[in-house]
Amino acid sequence: MSEAGGSVTAVSVIEARELTKTYGDFTAVDAISFDVAPGESFGLLGPNGAGKSTTMRMIGGTSLRTAGTLSVLGLDPERHGPEVRASLGVVPQADALDEELRARDNLYVYGRYFGLPRAYLKAKVPELLEFAQLTDKSDAKVTALSGGMKRRLTIARGLINEPRILLLDEPTTGLDPQARHILWDRLFRLKEQGVTLVLTTHFMDEAEQLCDRLVVVDHGRIVAEGSPRGLIQEHTTREVVEVRFGSARNAEMQAELAALVADGQRSRAGLEVLPDRILLYTDDGEAMLEEINRRALNPLTQLVRRTSLEDVFLRLTGRSLID
Amino acid sequence: MDAPSTGPTDVMAATKERLRRRPGWIANLYAGNARAVIARGFRVIRSANWGVVATGFFEPVFYLLAMGVGMGALVGSVPGPDGQPVSYAMYIAPALLATSAMNGAVYDSVNNVFFKMRYSKLYEGMLQTSLGPMDVAIGEIFMALFRGFLYAVGFLGVLTVMGLVTSWWALAMIPVAVLIALGFASVGMAVTSYMKSFQQLDLVPMVLLPMFLFSATLYPITVYPEPVQWFVMAMPLWHGVELMRQLSVGYVTAASAGHALYFVVISVIGITAVTLRLRKLFLR
Amino acid sequence: MTDTGTPGADAGPRVTFTGLDHHALAARTRRWGWLQYAGYRQVAETPFLATWLAVAFGNPVLYLAAMGLGLGAIVQGDVDGVSYLTFVAPGLLAATVATTGAQFGTWPIFGGFKWQKNYLAGYSTPLEPGQMALGETTAIGVRLVLQAVIFWLMAALFGAWPSASALLAIPAVTLAGLAMFTPLMAYSATVENEGLQFNFIQRLVVMPMFLFAGTFFPLSVMPAYLQWVGWISPMWHGTQLARMASYGMANPPWLTAVHVLYPLALILAGQWWAGRTFAKRLVG
Repeated sequence: MSEAGGSVTAVSVIEARELTKTYGDFTAVDAISFDVAPGESFGLLGPNGAGKSTTMRMIGGTSLRTAGTLSVLGLDPERHGPEVRASLGVVPQADALDEELRARDNLYVYGRYFGLPRAYLKAKVPELLEFAQLTDKSDAKVTALSGGMKRRLTIARGLINEPRILLLDEPTTGLDPQARHILWDRLFRLKEQGVTLVLTTHFMDEAEQLCDRLVVVDHGRIVAEGSPRGLIQEHTTREVVEVRFGSARNAEMQAELAALVADGQRSRAGLEVLPDRILLYTDDGEAMLEEINRRALNPLTQLVRRTSLEDVFLRLTGRSLID
Repeated sequence: MDAPSTGPTDVMAATKERLRRRPGWIANLYAGNARAVIARGFRVIRSANWGVVATGFFEPVFYLLAMGVGMGALVGSVPGPDGQPVSYAMYIAPALLATSAMNGAVYDSVNNVFFKMRYSKLYEGMLQTSLGPMDVAIGEIFMALFRGFLYAVGFLGVLTVMGLVTSWWALAMIPVAVLIALGFASVGMAVTSYMKSFQQLDLVPMVLLPMFLFSATLYPITVYPEPVQWFVMAMPLWHGVELMRQLSVGYVTAASAGHALYFVVISVIGITAVTLRLRKLFLR
Repeated sequence: MTDTGTPGADAGPRVTFTGLDHHALAARTRRWGWLQYAGYRQVAETPFLATWLAVAFGNPVLYLAAMGLGLGAIVQGDVDGVSYLTFVAPGLLAATVATTGAQFGTWPIFGGFKWQKNYLAGYSTPLEPGQMALGETTAIGVRLVLQAVIFWLMAALFGAWPSASALLAIPAVTLAGLAMFTPLMAYSATVENEGLQFNFIQRLVVMPMFLFAGTFFPLSVMPAYLQWVGWISPMWHGTQLARMASYGMANPPWLTAVHVLYPLALILAGQWWAGRTFAKRLVG
């Protein structure tokens, strides 16, 4: 039976069941299950060390799982590593570009690793350089490129084999805001063309921008799953009030504020105490702020904003995503 | 410009077809595409600094000039492999070729590979394509041999010009230099896979230097007591030196085959070890 | 967490400001900065201490055994009126220390500017560029003296020193080592690219000096057109001084003066130049 190729219209391009990875006593990935549909943009959101990168590596077959099953395009990546990777584009967090080669040669040589013919690459490399806005850097040494350029080159490199799935590990970590927006634009175009994107991130704005659906991962376990909007609605209120009282008073204000959010609010409301500030979850931020000022609690700073995935994570784990 | 088109034809079809034809037991290790790794090596060499490559060639030549001329004045002649006395320069020249093959291969397979493995993440990038660890190992070892091959050709040219070879057998010194390089490169790469810090790289000269100084390169091992001689004869470089020396004067015996066999054996062990180690390192 | 009695101690850790006298700090650094930097440099070398010790103790044993005893066994008769071991030991001592000086002057300095950025870090304190260059020389000078002492003791175990005056070889070869170090340090501070030049320096300058500078044989046995390599090499001058100290090698007084003054001039010129190149690299 021919299992490769995907002529059978599989419902999922990636299917993970009870996927587990342990290193000695440490459990990096703890029995997670998820599916990724063709053309979907799927995200793994979580803090550093949550097991996202390990999961990505298992999908590419460059990390061997401890338990569970995994199928990528109908194949087990562990047993058919080269076959699975033939249909994957991988954009690792550390770009891992070939610094001994020029930008153009990075794409060409990488294509040869896939066994792609020279004639195909001659046409493909300029096209990808243009897509990555690197045409004028084609002959530049990799070491001479900026962080954003390197990342775009890495994405171009990941597209050399016309992959059906593009794996992106922390695609915009370490980039400045402008470089991030250029990158998001490029990824969005790929999504529009039907490329399946699987990305890890610890940035909620990135997850909100790019993901149709995501799982929130913490300590190797999935703690929530859904669309960005759905997760926010399900796990937090509409708005959040951030107040600071200075390092000395922060803790002692907790009890007083707790009474505030308990007053006639629904269960999703509540407060989170962080070392430098207190977050009050409420559907009406302005009203809450008025109440705080009426009681003369005198915060040093105050801010009302819409809730984000950051708040989802905070409500679910009691911890901040970035620490 | 629009995003790259994803046409109806699968560009990876040929590769997938080739992958399908592999034997099953090797499926996760080898994709039959080591030539892509080699092609990368040549692309790097093409833009490399040829001056640096050339200096590697000068090192044994300097040794030959200084020791052959300078020490030759103090030493006189030395018994050659067939018992006939030879000039000191003629005595050390084949040994320097063997040593140069060793040094070149170890430098490429230890220092360079260590850097690519731990710092530039080159192999990680390679293994995210449809290459397997064995493609990478074969390709990288081949590149180490290529440099050794170039040096051997150049050095043999110098020896010929200086009149230090007296037999057509000397032509066989080139493939033998490659064989010596293969043995050292494969074992060196296997050892490198265990290294974690730059400090450990400092251990390499501590192995190579004594091997160079004591393996009958500059004087016959008969100056040692017998137990020391046995120890030296267990070391790989001694076999390389002896084999080269025999070829340089065309004195080929059963012992020559034994020396060559020694390198064949350590090469097989080395390549097997490298493949297993790469698998362990990159398929964690 | 320790409670320091500050108000709101439960609010987490705090930094204390005790009112340091910044003016006094600056004044002290202006005077003693070079020594502070030398101290830092020694500490920074600590991770490499084990390797350094292994080399410092191992190299003399290896070279003296291989060259002094092994090669000595096939040398015909005495050299310069003494046994080959006695002849070669001062040369090996000078060569080892001078080569180490050259090594310290290349990659570590270059890496300090390009990768570790420790000069940039130092320059963000009250330290001046020239003080750091002088601190380097001080720290390396200490290293070289220690290495010379270790070598000297190892050679004494081999019975390579005929008289106690051979102790004077230690300052002589340290001079040679520093004469290699300071000019290379000054040059290394100017290198901005990948540092491929150091391969050239190692293979085309240091290595020939080691081989052609009278370490293994008297310079006089070389053809006249190659002897200049010895004359310009600090290694040769150090070797000659060490031979005079060890076995009373005959030497005209004017030449002895050259053996002292030439390395000294190199050290001072190199140090002056390094002060400039360090400043240029850091100030921009």
